[in-house]
Amino acid sequence: MNNRVVEDALLQQSAVAPTKKTVQMPIGVPGYTLTEESREVPVTEPPVWPINKDLKYVGQSVERYDGQAKVSGRARYTSDVQLPGMLYAKFVNAPMPHAKVVSIDTSAAEKYPGVRGVHVIQHVLGNAVLRNPALDAVKYPVVRYAGQPVAAVAATTPAAAEEAAALVKVRYEAIPFVVDEIKARATDAPKVFPGAADEEGSAGGGGGPSDVRQTGNIHGPSIHRHGEIAQGFKDADVVVEGRYVTQVQTHSALETHGVVADWKPELLTVWASTQGTASVREELAGFFKIPLTQVRVITEFMGGGFGAKFGAGNPGVVAAALSNKTGAPVRLMLDREEEHLSVGNRPSSDQTLRIGAKQDGTITAIHLVAYGTAGCGTGAGCSGPASNLYKTAALHTEESDVFINAGPASAMRAPGHPQGAFALEQTIDELAVKLNMEPIDLRDKTDEHPVRRVERQVVRDSDLWKSRNPVAGASQGPVKRGVGMAQSVWYRFVSMSSSAEVRIYKDGSLEVLSAVQDIGSGVKTVMAQILAEQFGVPPAQIAVKVGDTHYPEGPNSGGSMTTLSLTPAVRDAAWQASQMFLSDIAPALGTTSDDLVLVDGEVRSRSGKFAPISFRRAAAKMATSQIAVQAKRIPDYDPKKYLTYGGIDVAEVEVDTELGRIHVRRVLSVHDCGRPMNPAQVISQINGGIIQGISYTLLENRLLDPIYGLMVNPDLEQYKIIGAREIPDIDVRLVEAYIGQSSTDASGIGEAAGVVSIGAAIGNAVYNAIGVRIRQTPMTPAVVLAALRAPAPGKELA
Amino acid sequence: MSDPSESRPAEGKNDSATAADSGRTGISRRGFLKGAGLTAAGTALLDGVQAFSSEAPGASTHGVTELGPGPVPVRLHVNGAEHTVQIEPRTTLAEALRMHLGMTGTKVVCDRGVCSGCTFWLDKMPVNSCMTLAIDAVGHNVTTIEGISSEGEIHPLQAAFVKHDAMQCGFCTPGMVMSCAALLERNPHPSEHDVRHAISGNLCRCGTYPKIFAATLDVAGVTRNA
Ligand code: FES
Ligand code: FES
Repeated sequence: MNNRVVEDALLQQSAVAPTKKTVQMPIGVPGYTLTEESREVPVTEPPVWPINKDLKYVGQSVERYDGQAKVSGRARYTSDVQLPGMLYAKFVNAPMPHAKVVSIDTSAAEKYPGVRGVHVIQHVLGNAVLRNPALDAVKYPVVRYAGQPVAAVAATTPAAAEEAAALVKVRYEAIPFVVDEIKARATDAPKVFPGAADEEGSAGGGGGPSDVRQTGNIHGPSIHRHGEIAQGFKDADVVVEGRYVTQVQTHSALETHGVVADWKPELLTVWASTQGTASVREELAGFFKIPLTQVRVITEFMGGGFGAKFGAGNPGVVAAALSNKTGAPVRLMLDREEEHLSVGNRPSSDQTLRIGAKQDGTITAIHLVAYGTAGCGTGAGCSGPASNLYKTAALHTEESDVFINAGPASAMRAPGHPQGAFALEQTIDELAVKLNMEPIDLRDKTDEHPVRRVERQVVRDSDLWKSRNPVAGASQGPVKRGVGMAQSVWYRFVSMSSSAEVRIYKDGSLEVLSAVQDIGSGVKTVMAQILAEQFGVPPAQIAVKVGDTHYPEGPNSGGSMTTLSLTPAVRDAAWQASQMFLSDIAPALGTTSDDLVLVDGEVRSRSGKFAPISFRRAAAKMATSQIAVQAKRIPDYDPKKYLTYGGIDVAEVEVDTELGRIHVRRVLSVHDCGRPMNPAQVISQINGGIIQGISYTLLENRLLDPIYGLMVNPDLEQYKIIGAREIPDIDVRLVEAYIGQSSTDASGIGEAAGVVSIGAAIGNAVYNAIGVRIRQTPMTPAVVLAALRAPAPGKELA
Repeated sequence: MSDPSESRPAEGKNDSATAADSGRTGISRRGFLKGAGLTAAGTALLDGVQAFSSEAPGASTHGVTELGPGPVPVRLHVNGAEHTVQIEPRTTLAEALRMHLGMTGTKVVCDRGVCSGCTFWLDKMPVNSCMTLAIDAVGHNVTTIEGISSEGEIHPLQAAFVKHDAMQCGFCTPGMVMSCAALLERNPHPSEHDVRHAISGNLCRCGTYPKIFAATLDVAGVTRNA
């Protein structure tokens, strides 16, 4: 066919078959704002689903797909993978925070019994990179934090690897360092980098802007503004201002970072504890300059990531290099100390926030100046809440990263948002006090998000909120009770690299495949539910195969993208496969496909041409052994609408004014995530966000010793994480919020879930309890007592 | 048995230093086991090891027998079956289970007795396997997550964990199940306070605690008022 003929054919086709159809979709919150809107969607899209109560499997709390495997210990995580002849690798880590590596002598290690290979690191990943690499004219990467990997040893046992690693002789030339982020801002502070350095953004949202200036250790500011900020404050009747300081938190996933790499000439296979099989494959292929087809990444089960596990990272490339060198599979899992030091954390923040408002609550100006440290990386920005929660006539934000000699940060659950909301939502609370308004009324005035408006109504109607005494510090006795609320915001990110394949086999079994990884959010379950809904069979009969780059591309699990990106592709594939299936078997049933329906595990004739037959018997009539359809994510139906979602958290605290102890007794958590695909799993994630957020607000803290530049608590006993005895009663109210964006209309929850707003909710509750505002995390007893002792007029921490 | 926390220093980083300068420092693994590692109770356990040792036991001084540092055969009774593994005496039970018996349901998270991810039952008592030398488990019944279900039937508590979605990533789950099931063994009708206490040493970073409370109380026939 010549081009002309092809064009004609295409023209004809488009003239005959319309490519779009108009559908009516549910929009809004059932019981509050439910309505319908029309959308133009591709004709290939499946019929619109009704709201959850009218579906059978989707929207129900179907049992977690891999629950049985997890409770029985059968679930195989990367750290459980054992291959014949597998070697164990161990890093040699720098013992000081800033140094040039003068020489590395591996001879003794190489001779150690059991050692099969030693690798000296030439490119260290994760740290910010100098714009002018020539400034670091050295043979080995400069050590920029204590714990930075320098070399690695692979041996037949973990003990031999560890012992041999201790025999690698590294000569360091110490360089002056700085780990105190306030001191690091001084012009005469030791410089972490000899020139400007940037960290590219990662799949999970880490890294920061690279188009900013750098002065000493200050990388920034990155400035965003709209409106006239000076005029905004002039127009204000009331101005509130505060300085808020938050600490560095480490992810502390229970499974550490690591891989098992098996490099064979034709294929590098890597089991990785990752939130992105695709991201690991891309980094390995890029690093070793081999085609993507020669790298396979597998993540059957994954023991927690929270944003830190994207890409191959140092463990991935070093294990692959050692496998290549030794010809054997190599396992490299970090130990707990390395996990704290070298693979990411939530940056700190030091924010000065000023908000101006009219007497009626209208916000006229929001001004934020923020510093924060992402160690020797970037990404400490925290202006998201200030920029996106409230309507303001003028906004001005300035964010700077402060380099210190500590491990690079990475994305962590709602990057920047717990920090930003801690400042913003306490400032709004303070504004409400100044304006003598109810905190909910003030937000009604200035937050236009239609779903949060409903959520505020849910809060207003709750017993917990009704029990709040609007007068701060009113309770009697040394233990004071308080209730506070705060709002969260997150965004709709869609990964278009989301595909799924659905297969129907002649024996009636059904399967769905995607490279996507299930990091604990339960996407496997949701995939099974979608097929169950489409084919009318119970979810337990669906086989779900994920976590393998041999399957169709899957999204990375970051930014709350997984469910909302992937599920429409799954549904589209399931729908198209079901249509193909019905056309395939219709002749054998003496009818046409439009006469057939799939329901309750049966194939039925609408016109009653035949008695219902089981899905399995119908599948036996397929012409070939399987029907397989792969579908790819199509863009959101109306990408301009409803781009954010969030929720509200309410905390009830008791503050012991003698001991300084804050006890969070109850939490009410009202959240939306589009169509909740599996409420039980969504609630699990919200519980998790709340609990992590409380832990961050009250306990966790990465402590660096200023004299030696070492982390003093790189473990799980001195690095304090909340435990079973401090868990409050958590009441989660899911708000179904239909937005008409895809064939599943799902959204995400991982980020918005509690972790953004609970810290500020606790801060506001503490203020409500004791009449003193605490602007610093973690709110340890010492911090609380100091705040209580502060002189009366200030009555607040600077 | 010996206090596991006392025997721990033989396993960690100190050990690599001594191995590196074997003979030069005061302590070696061999000397350590000879001297401090085995208390009177531990010595009794040693008999179970010796019986299987292919090596001649080291010279007995002060009535204590040396083992290692090389691998020795150790007979473990795990989930109702006898297993003999060739392990260095310094091997923890967690390592023996995971690396030598392929039972990877037991997780190692902190490797120093803080998180209870590695919980197993020594007889019926929940114990951290990262803090227990495999040789200290000789002569005891070791039960792991793989062994608490009977004849293909999953344990009611495991079923309740699934029913209540008491897991996310699932990495803490085996340890949680072992701690909560041990609680139900010694107290079939615990209160929520008891459950919180029983898992006060179990860390879950995904924050599944509320559902773990609910699942455990469900098995105990108590409804959680949440
Ligand atoms: S791994 Fe044993 S207690 Fe943490
Ligand atoms: S479920 Fe992930 S750590 Fe508990």
